[in-house]
Amino acid sequence: MTGLKVVEWAEFIAGPYCGKLLADLGAEVIKIEKPGCGDEARQRGPFPGNIPDPEKSGLFLYLNTNKQGITLNVETATGKGILEELLRSADILIEDHPPAWNEEMGLSYEDLRQLNPSLIVVSITAFGQTGPYRDYRGYAINSSALGGQSVCAGEPGREPLTPPLCLGHYQSGAAGATAAMAAIFARDSNGHGQQVDISEAQVWATLHTGNQESSFIMHGMKRMRWGHRTPGVYPYTILPCKDGFMSMIAIQGYQWKRFLELMGGGEVPEWYSSEPRYQDRRELSLKYADEMDEKLAPWLSSHTKTEIYRECLDKRVPFAPVRNIEEVVNDDHLKVREYFVQVEHPVAGEFTYPGAPGKCSETPWAICSPAPTLGQHNEEVYCQRLGYTRQDLADLRMGGAI
Amino acid sequence: MTGSDRLPLEGCRVINFGWVFAGPYLATMLGDLGAEVIKVETRSRIDSMRLSPDNLDRDPDRDPWFHSGVRNQLSVTLDMDQPKSIPIIKNLVKISDIVVENFSPKVLKQHDLGYESLKEINPGIIMISLPATGHYGPLRDAQTYGPSLTGLAGIDGLVGYRGERVLGLQQAYADVNSALHGAFYALAALHYRKRTGKGQFIDMAQLEAVISIAGEGIMEYTMNGNILGTLGNRYPTMCPHNNYRCSGEDKWISIGVKTEEEWQGLCQAMGNPSWTQDAGFADKYSRLKNQEELDRLINEWTSGFDYYELTSLLQEHGVAAVPCLDTEARFFDPHLQKRQTYLEVEHPLTGVDFIANTAWRLSDNPTRIRHRSPLLGEHNSYVLKDLLGMSDEDIAQLTEEKVVY
Repeated sequence: MTGLKVVEWAEFIAGPYCGKLLADLGAEVIKIEKPGCGDEARQRGPFPGNIPDPEKSGLFLYLNTNKQGITLNVETATGKGILEELLRSADILIEDHPPAWNEEMGLSYEDLRQLNPSLIVVSITAFGQTGPYRDYRGYAINSSALGGQSVCAGEPGREPLTPPLCLGHYQSGAAGATAAMAAIFARDSNGHGQQVDISEAQVWATLHTGNQESSFIMHGMKRMRWGHRTPGVYPYTILPCKDGFMSMIAIQGYQWKRFLELMGGGEVPEWYSSEPRYQDRRELSLKYADEMDEKLAPWLSSHTKTEIYRECLDKRVPFAPVRNIEEVVNDDHLKVREYFVQVEHPVAGEFTYPGAPGKCSETPWAICSPAPTLGQHNEEVYCQRLGYTRQDLADLRMGGAI
Repeated sequence: MTGSDRLPLEGCRVINFGWVFAGPYLATMLGDLGAEVIKVETRSRIDSMRLSPDNLDRDPDRDPWFHSGVRNQLSVTLDMDQPKSIPIIKNLVKISDIVVENFSPKVLKQHDLGYESLKEINPGIIMISLPATGHYGPLRDAQTYGPSLTGLAGIDGLVGYRGERVLGLQQAYADVNSALHGAFYALAALHYRKRTGKGQFIDMAQLEAVISIAGEGIMEYTMNGNILGTLGNRYPTMCPHNNYRCSGEDKWISIGVKTEEEWQGLCQAMGNPSWTQDAGFADKYSRLKNQEELDRLINEWTSGFDYYELTSLLQEHGVAAVPCLDTEARFFDPHLQKRQTYLEVEHPLTGVDFIANTAWRLSDNPTRIRHRSPLLGEHNSYVLKDLLGMSDEDIAQLTEEKVVY
C-alpha cells in the first residue's frame, strides 16, 4: 500500500488497530495525539516491570507500529487549521469522535468533504453515525452488549460475559480497514471519497450474531448462554483435564467414535456402547450432558493437555487444548512459521509482539519502525511535509497547538 | 451526494471454494461490495452451512444460517472428486480475479487446484486461503473447529467468571475474525495488483489472525511474564465495568465507567446513596480494589429497573450503558432497526427472510442484496453456458455423469 496517505486521529484500540492494519502493509500513517498525555492506550500498559511510563505501554506499542506520531491540539484554531492542511493531501482519515462533537468542531464528514472531496473518512464509534443511540456513550463492554455477543457467553442465570481484552474494538478496526479499501476502489472509478460508518455494536450484530436473526424469524429460535457447553450435539464443550482444560467439539459422529476408542484403548468403552440413552448425540447434549461430563472426568483428569492433544492429532480427533498465553507464545508451530516478531523500541526496549494476521507471497508485511514516542515526528511532518520553519514549530508549541 | 450505482468491486469475479464457514463469510463481504461471487459446491459433499443445527427442515436450500451468511453469491455444482470437473474449474479461474478457500491445506493440491497450478493458468490470480493453522508447520494437518481455535490461541482461557473455571466464547469467533481479516488482505492484494499487475497467494492461518487481536494479553506475558486467567467482566482501567441485573427474566445492562466525571454521573443517577461516599469508593484505585462490593451494591440498585429505562437514565447522566440484547430483543431494538441491521429478503422456499446487513455502512455505496442466497446449483446454466460457453449437450452429459452435481 505504498503511497497511500492515512491520517489517524483516533486512540485506544479500534482506530489504531485499523491504522495498524494499513501501516503494516506499507501505507503511510500519520498518527495525531493530544499534546501532554497522548493516546489513552499509553496509560493502559502492560508496562515492563509494572512501572507505568507512557512510552512503554505494551498495548500502545503493539497497536502503533509503522506510524509517524505527531502531537496536535485540534481544539485550538491553529491546530484545527493544521489538521485541515494534513487532510487536504490525505487519502484516508481514521477518526473515532462522537459525531455531535465533530459537528460542533466543524469537522463533520460534510465539512471534510468540502475541504477534500476525494477524502475517505473512516468513522469508528460504538453505535455509528445515525440512529437513536448515535450520541450514546459506549465502550467495548457496551457494544458487545447491544450487538448480542455478551448474552452468548457465561452461565445461565448469571451475568453475561463480555469478550475479554476489548476484542470488539479489533473487529470494528478491521471492518474499518476493509471498508476503507472498498472506498479506495470506488474512488478509483469515480474520483469521490465517502464516509465509512462503523458502529461496533453493528459489527457484532451482523458478522458475529446476525445469523441468529434468520433462525429467530424462521423458527423462533434464540441463542443463549449455557456455560461451558453448547447444546445441539455432544460433545461441544470445554472440560477440565489433569493440568487445564480441553476444548472438545465433534460435529461428525466418526470423530466422537475415534475419541471414545482412543479413551478406551482401541475400543469404545463398554459403559458407553451398552447405554442406549447415549447413542443419540442430540439427546445426549440436551438431557445427559452433565452425566456424560462426569463419565469422561476420570480419564481426562489423569491425562495432561499435551498428552491428550498428541493422541488426538494422531487419531484425527478435532479436539484442542485451551492454552494459556505462555503456551501460545512458546508454541513450536508458531515458531516454525515465525509468527511472533521481535521489535526494538528506543525507550521501552526489545519485546516479542504478535505478527502478521496473514502471510502474503508478494505484498510485504513488515515492522519497519516501532511505535512513535509522543510527538516524535513533529519536525518531520510539520517542517518537511507542511513547510513550517523550526521557529514556527517552537511558536506552535508555546501556543499550545502542538 | 455523489451517489453511484456502481459498486466498489464491480467487474471483479471471485471463485469461492470455501465452506463452513470462514471462506463463505469472506466471499459474502466481497459480494456485498459488488464482486460477482461464484460458490463452487457439490451435492456429494454438501456444505454444512446448508445443513446447520438451526435447519429444522433438513433441506439444504432452507438453512437460516446459509440464507444470512451466503448472499450475493451464485452457486454452481461441480464435484471436484470427478476428474472431469477440474478443467472446468480451471477455466473458471482463468476468467476470475480472486479465489477464496478454507479447506485443509492438502485438499486443493490433491485436486491439482493449488496456487501453483492456478497461477499457471492465470498469473494475476489472487488466492486467499484460510486454513486453521496454516499451510506449513507441525500443526498443519490438525483438524480443528472454529471454537477450539480460540482455545488454541489463548483467548478462551480468559473467558469465565473471574478466578473460576474456563467457559470459553462458545462461538466460532476465529472463523468470523479470519473472514474479516481475509477480506481486508484480499482487497490489499487487489490494490497491489492494480499497481503492479502481480497476483499472489495469502496463507492466513485462522490461529494467527486470532492471536493478532489478543495483543494486550500477549504483551502482558512477553513484557512481564504475566499469564492472564479468567477475567470475568473486568478491565484494568475501568470500574465499575460489568453487566448488571435488571427487572424481568434474564435482563441485564452493561455499564462501563472510565472517568471520574462518569463516576459522578453514575452516583447522581443512583441518587447519591450514602455508600458512594465511603472511603472504599473514593477514587478509581479504591473502586478497583473494592470492585466486588461495588458490583453488589450497583446490582441492588439496577435490579429494580427496566433495562431500557435505565439506559436512558444513565445516558442522560453521561454514563456508558446499554442493554444486553438477546436474539429477539435485537430484532426489535429501535436503533438496530433504524440502521437496517437486518434486511428483509424474499426467498422462493422460505418466504420472507431477515438476514444480517454488512458490518459497515458506506455513505456512497449502501449494501444491496443483488442475489438472495442461492439454491444449490441455481446458476449452473449461467456459469457453464454463459460464462464458459459450454453446450447444452455437454452440460447434460456431465450432469448425467454427476460431474455437474
